[in-house]
Amino acid sequence: MLVKQISVFLENKIGRLAEITELLGQNKINIRALAIADTTEFGILRLIVDNPEKAQEVLEDRGFAAKQTDVIVVKVADKPGGLAGILKELKKSDLNVEYLYAFVKQSGENALVVFRIENTSEAIKVLQGMGVEIISPEEIYSL
Amino acid sequence: MIWNPRYECIDRKELEEIQLERLKHLVKRLYERLPFYKKKLDEVGVKPYQIKSLDDLRLLPFTTKDELRQGYPYGLFTAPLEDIIEFHISSGTTGKPVVDGYTRKDIDIWSEVMARALASAGCTSKDVVQNAYGYGLFTGGLGVHYGAQRIGAKTIPASGGQTRRQIMIMKDFGSTILTCTPSYALHIAETAEEMGENPVELPVKVGVLGAECWSENMRQEIEKRLGIMALDIYGLTEIIGPGVAQECEYKEGLHIYEDHFLPEIIDPDTLEPLPEGEEGELVITTLTREGTPLLRYRTRDITSINYSPCRYGRTIARISKIKGRTDDMLIIRGVNVFPSQIENILMKVEETEPHYQLVLERKKGLDDLTVEVETTPEIFFDEIKRLEEIEKRIAKEIEENLGLRVNVKLVEPKAIGRSAGKAKRLIDRRELK
Repeated sequence: MLVKQISVFLENKIGRLAEITELLGQNKINIRALAIADTTEFGILRLIVDNPEKAQEVLEDRGFAAKQTDVIVVKVADKPGGLAGILKELKKSDLNVEYLYAFVKQSGENALVVFRIENTSEAIKVLQGMGVEIISPEEIYSL
Repeated sequence: MIWNPRYECIDRKELEEIQLERLKHLVKRLYERLPFYKKKLDEVGVKPYQIKSLDDLRLLPFTTKDELRQGYPYGLFTAPLEDIIEFHISSGTTGKPVVDGYTRKDIDIWSEVMARALASAGCTSKDVVQNAYGYGLFTGGLGVHYGAQRIGAKTIPASGGQTRRQIMIMKDFGSTILTCTPSYALHIAETAEEMGENPVELPVKVGVLGAECWSENMRQEIEKRLGIMALDIYGLTEIIGPGVAQECEYKEGLHIYEDHFLPEIIDPDTLEPLPEGEEGELVITTLTREGTPLLRYRTRDITSINYSPCRYGRTIARISKIKGRTDDMLIIRGVNVFPSQIENILMKVEETEPHYQLVLERKKGLDDLTVEVETTPEIFFDEIKRLEEIEKRIAKEIEENLGLRVNVKLVEPKAIGRSAGKAKRLIDRRELK
């Protein structure tokens, strides 16, 4: 149920993102989704890729600080209010969303939303309880 | 003006006689009263009666800062504790702090040499001395205060910081003498400009600036921007505080108060004394201190000495402006910092050997230190909040332990250049030093 996300520490310097994407490309690692959280000085690049193990390895070899983080990916109806319903339920169960980001699959009616929630097992229960479709790692990696 | 012509313009032969008498007395007292020095003197096989001339000084052992730390708190007190009336304690995370204990006579000596220093800068009882050195455990504030009081000048114990208020006070009370670090003097100029004031029109005429290593370029910059005469003062807590040596208006070296502080210049590698005019490490023996007198204290400051009388009439020796250090100590806004102290704090926070670099810059006239820390797996988290917390925690630890506010910046692994496996620890980007 849990998808391995790769988090990479980045200084806010020109060309760092280009370097990472190029490195992953050369190693035939495909990026499924990405998001960046940043401050004025540094940022964290978060990646969903088809081969997280290998991605972490090549990034660390190149000297990046990279680690794997468990996230939950769910299918959300691609229509107004789709995400709101889910967030409301999570809040009711006192589950804190540390961050999330979304991506839309080609020609789909659903958006995929990546959630980072501290209490993942409880979150999965809540999401399943409301009938939300959770995407398996295999499905994500082979998108 | 010359505060004490009797000693500042003394005949060298007479001075040397006084120095020798005081040295003999000092060695005898240290040998008899302080186990620390008895042991050191026994180790080199010197008995007090063997000191017969000033040249015999070189028979005596050196004293280092590490030894002072090991003696914390009372190990180097020669006077009985009941005679001590004041302590000054340096910061320190590598090992223990350094303590200076003053008897009433020591405070009297301090007031005297600081009065000489301020008088050299033209200070009289008519002057208003705005003392922007920090008051507290740091010796700068109180040392200058004692000297200004001795002269009878109007003393404003402004201490450091609150620069806008300093400028307001300066204008409203007509401060004529400013005492602070050179970088703070520049900061005052910057701040005055920000306030829409012309710093040249401030009432200050003379700056007595020290507690930092600063260049002739920086002097010119301060003089131009504040419209003052900027004079250098030298001192260190271990010896007494500020007032060990001071420039007069001719700015041809700092007059060192030799009747109290016996100077030598040595080669820091061979430890052999160097002749007049040659650059080396300044070593000081405190001839008159009672509380914590020291034999041949290695200051680690690099300078040279000149025994010729000055144009103003003083006959005491002059040391050149301090050129640098023989160790890696940094002096930032008057605070002494060793990179190893910062390393120890990082090690405590990260629980592993840190890769770090210190970047020294000057912002708005003030020295600004940024500690760049490479992000290791131990301190990398997938949350901005936690990364920021690490930066804050490091900055807080450094401020609490060293009394210095720094910026902390996480950088990528291997971002810090290494040559032969060893990282360059300090990048100095200050234009004026």
